Amino acid sequence: MQQQLTAKERMKIPRHHMIEQDPLERSRNFEEVNLGYTAKMAQEEALRCIQCPKPSCVEGCPVNIQIKDFINLIAEGDFLGAVHKIKEDNALPAICGRVCPQEEQCEQACVVGKRGEPVAIGYLERFVADYERKQGKIEYPTINKSTGKKIAIVGSGPAGLSCANDLVQWGHKVTVFEALHELGGVLVYGIPEFRLPKEIVRKEIDGLRKMGVEFVTDAVIGRTTTVDELMQEEGYDAVFVGVGAGLPWFMGIPGENLVGVYSANEFLTRVNLMKAYRFPEFDSPILDCRGKNVAVFGGGNTAMDAVRTSLRLGAKNAYIVYRRSEKEMPARVEEVKHAKEEGVQFKILTNPVEFIGDEKEWLKAVKLIKMELGEPDDSGRRRPVPIEGSEYIMDIDIAVVAIGNGSNPLIQQTTPEIETSKRGTIVVDSETMKTSKKGVFAGGDIVTGGATVILAMGAGRKAAKAIHEYVMEGKW
Amino acid sequence: MFKIVKAEFLAQDIKLFQIEAPRIAKKRKAGQFVIIRLDEHGERIPLTIADSDPEKGTITIVVQGVGKTTKALNLKETGDTIMDVVGPLGEPSHIEKFGTAVSIGGGVGTAIAYPTAKALKEAGNYVITINGARSKDLVILEEEMKQVSDEAYITTDDGSYGFHGFVTQKLQALIDEGKKLDFVLAIGPIPMMKAVADVTRPYGIKTVVSLNPIMVDGTGMCGGCRVIVNGQSKFACVDGPEFDAHGVDFHNLADRNKMYSVYEKEALEKFEHECKLDKKIEAIENAG
Ligand SMILES: Cc1cc2nc3c(=O)[nH]c(=O)nc-3n(C[C@H](O)[C@H](O)[C@H](O)COP(=O)(O)OP(=O)(O)OC[C@H]3O[C@@H](n4cnc5c(N)ncnc54)[C@H](O)[C@@H]3O)c2cc1C
Ligand SMILES: Cc1cc2nc3c(=O)[nH]c(=O)nc-3n(C[C@H](O)[C@H](O)[C@H](O)COP(=O)(O)OP(=O)(O)OC[C@H]3O[C@@H](n4cnc5c(N)ncnc54)[C@H](O)[C@@H]3O)c2cc1C
Ligand code: SF4
Ligand code: FES
Repeated sequence: MQQQLTAKERMKIPRHHMIEQDPLERSRNFEEVNLGYTAKMAQEEALRCIQCPKPSCVEGCPVNIQIKDFINLIAEGDFLGAVHKIKEDNALPAICGRVCPQEEQCEQACVVGKRGEPVAIGYLERFVADYERKQGKIEYPTINKSTGKKIAIVGSGPAGLSCANDLVQWGHKVTVFEALHELGGVLVYGIPEFRLPKEIVRKEIDGLRKMGVEFVTDAVIGRTTTVDELMQEEGYDAVFVGVGAGLPWFMGIPGENLVGVYSANEFLTRVNLMKAYRFPEFDSPILDCRGKNVAVFGGGNTAMDAVRTSLRLGAKNAYIVYRRSEKEMPARVEEVKHAKEEGVQFKILTNPVEFIGDEKEWLKAVKLIKMELGEPDDSGRRRPVPIEGSEYIMDIDIAVVAIGNGSNPLIQQTTPEIETSKRGTIVVDSETMKTSKKGVFAGGDIVTGGATVILAMGAGRKAAKAIHEYVMEGKW
Repeated sequence: MFKIVKAEFLAQDIKLFQIEAPRIAKKRKAGQFVIIRLDEHGERIPLTIADSDPEKGTITIVVQGVGKTTKALNLKETGDTIMDVVGPLGEPSHIEKFGTAVSIGGGVGTAIAYPTAKALKEAGNYVITINGARSKDLVILEEEMKQVSDEAYITTDDGSYGFHGFVTQKLQALIDEGKKLDFVLAIGPIPMMKAVADVTRPYGIKTVVSLNPIMVDGTGMCGGCRVIVNGQSKFACVDGPEFDAHGVDFHNLADRNKMYSVYEKEALEKFEHECKLDKKIEAIENAG
């Protein structure tokens, strides 16, 4: 079919929009917002790809998925072939297809997008991954003969999981240590169900388990066991540290300890990991948002997740308060769009100055100040500066601070030979992900600071390659 | 799954458990705690490691049944299991030879103070322990405390045993006797810890309290456990739980700890109702 269409004809096909739950309905439930393409839609969307001889989308993807080839397979109707093609470079397509900022990566680079809307690479990736999962016959890669080498992976986020995925295939004995009681890192405690169903993450982990990866939950490395003990006493030949960026920043303004002020991590963890939205069926509570005014401070994915969660918990008014303009928001474009459709109110160029409480220290309002954009700062974005005298008070019942995360110092404190930067991130060789300590590698948010799932995944795989070489050849 | 190898009540509503957790038993130091989750639907709650036996691979916790989770835990018996036990968490107590060290425990705080009192003794301090309870039948770990103390006092609010009055009155009495106290550790209900801080402040006696804010992960990830110490926000699960008593904002801690009281009440009522139903069904089955 594909051969019959010229590039011009293909470019005339309009981009297929995602089938979504109705905004009003979905803003009150926790089910997934995006419902996915049908097979017909996927094939038609795949036809929009003009099969560039030098596909720029591949360059745009941080792990260089063979996008052109997998899309061609979809156009031909070989959906399983397509997903296997993706999996050569990305172990977690069902997840990346849902959470990657495609508009800044593959889709931004897509040539079709120069004239109109780019090929929906993310939706296609998601479609084939879901297709494989739903038809139930997941093909597991063959596992090489045992090398007798033991590798410890610290942290079960995308970095750790993808590292484990490669190493176990190459015949190593892989054990993943996770501090929490659930596996998946931010994918389970941070990103909500309505964006990434936990079932998908669980399936990926089950797959790894079937391939022979061992998982140990409730193990805080640095406390329960140290990196040194893993290597010296428990016989691990190498350790990969993928502990993420999980230390929430607060703003340091008055009133931040009032009852009703949450970090986004806590707010989302209570809901996603502890299932507080199903209290009292689950024991962990969260402050009742029904009929309340909830303000979320920040403009990233975390902020969007928190504010949309508050709507689903029944908030009457849900606000995003962000100090720059919408253009500077680091969140995925789709999340901002979804948040708006669901009724989130955006207060941009606005910053909090102080939280105000009652005599029992319960939050009742926030003092805000208007901002304007000044000169560009280090990040190249225009620096927001407060407009004098523009303060005003907004009544709120719950505040969620989502201004980012620093790195948890636990591992570095207990293994001081692992060199860290001033910001607390672990310093590595960018090709091999080697840290300053022999046998120890690191990757993901603990190295980059809060970044993306695909970058963490890519880092995990880079490290896997270097770990393999190191344990097989013994050369550091 | 973590197996309970010993379970016994020390007093009404206060139960001691020994749990198999070899990695934690080996690693833990005085002042550290675990977070437990009873089952798939359970909350994560922090409990101090009162003791451990690295050889046997067990840790000891002492639990006061105050709400749904602790009461459900206290229904467990030897041979039962706990789904998740993670630790040891928190910074260990800072132990050194201070000279004369006083360990004050209120209620179940006695059990929390015990490992630190023991460590203070082992570090060569002259250890005075003051342990308070509402009445005689609620006094716990009397023998254990005696063994690690040079002087051991019990106080009861109703005077049914030991010194009649609050732990702070006993502490004040010691100071008034002219005893030179170099270090005070106080663990118990927030008003008690605040009162101890108020007693020692004018004398400039170094005083440490172990704070009990509401926690979730216990690893520094959520910030829910933040407390104000010397005007600064600290995460009790990683920076504490022990802090300089004279710098703690006890009001803020007390207010934050009440944050979920409506939900806690609801959960407890539901739980007690279900327990009653279970008992009724059991009775009917036994009769039939
Ligand atoms: C709410 C939210 C929404 C996001 N949305 C997106 C999105 O839409 N798209 C996107 O690309 N990115 C998104 N991100 C960012 C992305 O999730 C992260 O960049 C990515 O998860 C980093 O992966 P990681 O493996 O490095 O760490 P993490 O996913 O953070 O996993 C680290 C794991 O290590 C565990 N751990 C930590 N310390 C220890 C220890 N001492 N011992 C044992 N285990 C330990 C943690 O419990 C955790 O499970 C989002 C982040 C958040 C918080
Ligand atoms: C570091 C630390 C060590 C502790 N050690 C002990 C101990 O050794 N023995 C003991 O009996 N108790 C200890 N506690 C207190 C114990 O964690 C609480 O009593 C328990 O969480 C109450 O849970 P519940 O469901 O039974 O009661 P609830 O009815 O849910 O709560 C009763 C009160 O306990 C507090 N609380 C509730 N949920 C939590 C939570 N997730 N984390 C912390 N506090 C909470 C609140 O102040 C609440 O008002 C400790 C607390 C901390 C922070
Ligand atoms: S992984 Fe992300 S960047 Fe790469 S092709 Fe898929 S959606 Fe695009
Ligand atoms: S309990 Fe979450 S940071 Fe301390």
